[in-house]
Amino acid sequence: MNETTTLYDKIWNSHIVDKQEDGTCLIYIDRHLVHEVTSPQAFAGLRKDGRSVHRTDLTLAVADHNVPTTNRSGVIKDKESRIQIEALEKNCSDFGVELYSMNDIRQGICHVVGPEQGFTLPGTTLVCGDSHTATHGAFGSMSFGIGTSEVEHVLATQTLILQKCRNMRVTVNGNLPRGITAKDLILAVIGKIGTAGGTGAAIEFSGDAFKSLTMEGRMTVCNMTIEAGARVGLFAPDETTFEYLKGRPKSPKGGAWELAVNYWQTLKTDPGAKFDEEVAMDASEISPQVTWGTSPEDVTTIDGQVPNPADIEDENRRNKMERSLEYMGLEAGTLMKDIKINTAFIGSCTNSRIEDIRAAADVVKGRKVANGVQALVVPGSGLIKELAEQEGLDQIFVEAGFEWREAGCSMCLAMNADKLKPGARAASTSNRNFEGRQGPGGRTHLVSPAMAAAAAITGHLTDVRDLD
Amino acid sequence: MEKFDKLTSVAAPLPLINVDTDMIIPARFLKTIKRTGLGADLFSTLRFNEDGTDRENFVLNKPAYKDAEILIAGENFGCGSSREHAPWALLDYGIKCIIAPSFADIFYNNSSKNGILLIQLPQEEVDKLMEDAERGANSTISIDLEAQEITGPDGGVIKFDVDAFKKNCLLNGLDDIGLTLQKVDKIKEFEARKKIAQPW
Ligand code: SF4
Repeated sequence: MNETTTLYDKIWNSHIVDKQEDGTCLIYIDRHLVHEVTSPQAFAGLRKDGRSVHRTDLTLAVADHNVPTTNRSGVIKDKESRIQIEALEKNCSDFGVELYSMNDIRQGICHVVGPEQGFTLPGTTLVCGDSHTATHGAFGSMSFGIGTSEVEHVLATQTLILQKCRNMRVTVNGNLPRGITAKDLILAVIGKIGTAGGTGAAIEFSGDAFKSLTMEGRMTVCNMTIEAGARVGLFAPDETTFEYLKGRPKSPKGGAWELAVNYWQTLKTDPGAKFDEEVAMDASEISPQVTWGTSPEDVTTIDGQVPNPADIEDENRRNKMERSLEYMGLEAGTLMKDIKINTAFIGSCTNSRIEDIRAAADVVKGRKVANGVQALVVPGSGLIKELAEQEGLDQIFVEAGFEWREAGCSMCLAMNADKLKPGARAASTSNRNFEGRQGPGGRTHLVSPAMAAAAAITGHLTDVRDLD
Repeated sequence: MEKFDKLTSVAAPLPLINVDTDMIIPARFLKTIKRTGLGADLFSTLRFNEDGTDRENFVLNKPAYKDAEILIAGENFGCGSSREHAPWALLDYGIKCIIAPSFADIFYNNSSKNGILLIQLPQEEVDKLMEDAERGANSTISIDLEAQEITGPDGGVIKFDVDAFKKNCLLNGLDDIGLTLQKVDKIKEFEARKKIAQPW
């Protein structure tokens, strides 16, 4: 039978080790990223049962969630954070897993490090005990977040017991207007389909607006597919992908490179393949996005205003909105542009790559951070930090009054010392505006790097296009 | 993993949608290297005031629901991060079953791997159970996984669906890794084939 299949179907089918009658499959996992927060209990489980890591060569560990982003010469002050990092170091050395620990220049956020090292490759299955693993789908890798029991399962067997997702396609055609970034694009998609819109789905991104994105932009889009509830986000690999991967430390070399590219070129959805759901938007309709609430779907445009719960018919949704506005300390009808901030955070696996830092630096150049605003730039990896410094970007930030930090997750989830104070309000390039996400009582407005930079300069949410 | 077979308990109503994993267990409590002890901080922000005292109006702080082992919640429960600390915290507190119109994918997987039964029901049926649960100590319901039935406080029976593989694992307390390692030959065969087809 000559069936047409989607990109997701192709990757899924080529990784089936075993299939049960009920459709549950044992799926082979090609790449596994490990970090300090979701792995200690998994390694403890292996030890308890006398098991080993099945393929250390397919496993890469990095310390990211807990690491301090200030001076790293001394020991980590926070005892529990230190114990987690030390546990990772011990586990990796006992089980023979490669680790980029805190003082390695290659250290950084796992989802930034994997692609940067060429560990992430098209057509692979890639997992990590972190929901933003979806990021790697930018390369046409079927990648998704797993819990600690599954981390242990992959370490021990290099497989996972899975059920297939449904296929969904989001198509955005047209040219992205000036000043509109990948972040705005994905926030607009989430605003349209909701945080549960992609539940149980693998989303393929298609159309020229997506296709025109750089790898950095594609990673931003796939990173946030989990905020639409989807398990997997995918881009078909193309010349942009191959160009990015060529010559990376762990990319295929020599003859293997040619073979790999030949194979990667076959990784696309067949014409006429059926998706269970299709969503389409037009790029020209998209403006800079900013969230007002405590879920990524609580999003509007920068010229919009805080919505009014009284306009919502559904009781559950109305209650949720009232609760969000109370938490956020916002009045219905307030113009988004009038919302004052006291923190700007440029970082996280959504937006900490070199292109993000360049975009923010472009806005910041020759300007000063507003009085009373704390502004941070936390590069996604040591290598990105180094490159930005070679380009003199750190100077631009420091002269403007930004803090220039070491790589890590930092204020994205506030597990290290970088936290919002209760009631503090941030323009943040991260991916989650949940209650307390960036520190207990902290209030988050999700935006693109250029928009976060603009807010740092003016002291309130700002349309970056008004700054030129 | 503990077996899940039958459960009879008061059901606590939590009529919120999109309850995310940061609400279930905030990131600052993820620094443990153990699986136990997280129950003390379950729903930390909802459950406690800033000075650490109980928020009286939070459901699990009300005397009638203190020992609830079942939660009734709104749609998209467990969205957000992949932290298995969320089911660990629920389990450590004593929650063994959650009933909602829908669950986030990763949370769903993580829960069943820890012996928590998640039951997805149509909104109307959840609404009905939610209403029953509001009645406090009289809101005892019974769950029979083998029969796939919930018996409400007034004796009404609701059928539910559950994935056959997960049901079997829950009923028998089976460890996935042990099951998969029985297929190690198939895994090795797959690896051998892959090495030839994709040598990079
Ligand atoms: S940067 Fe934030 S979202 Fe990304 S891996 Fe770290 S904590 Fe998770």
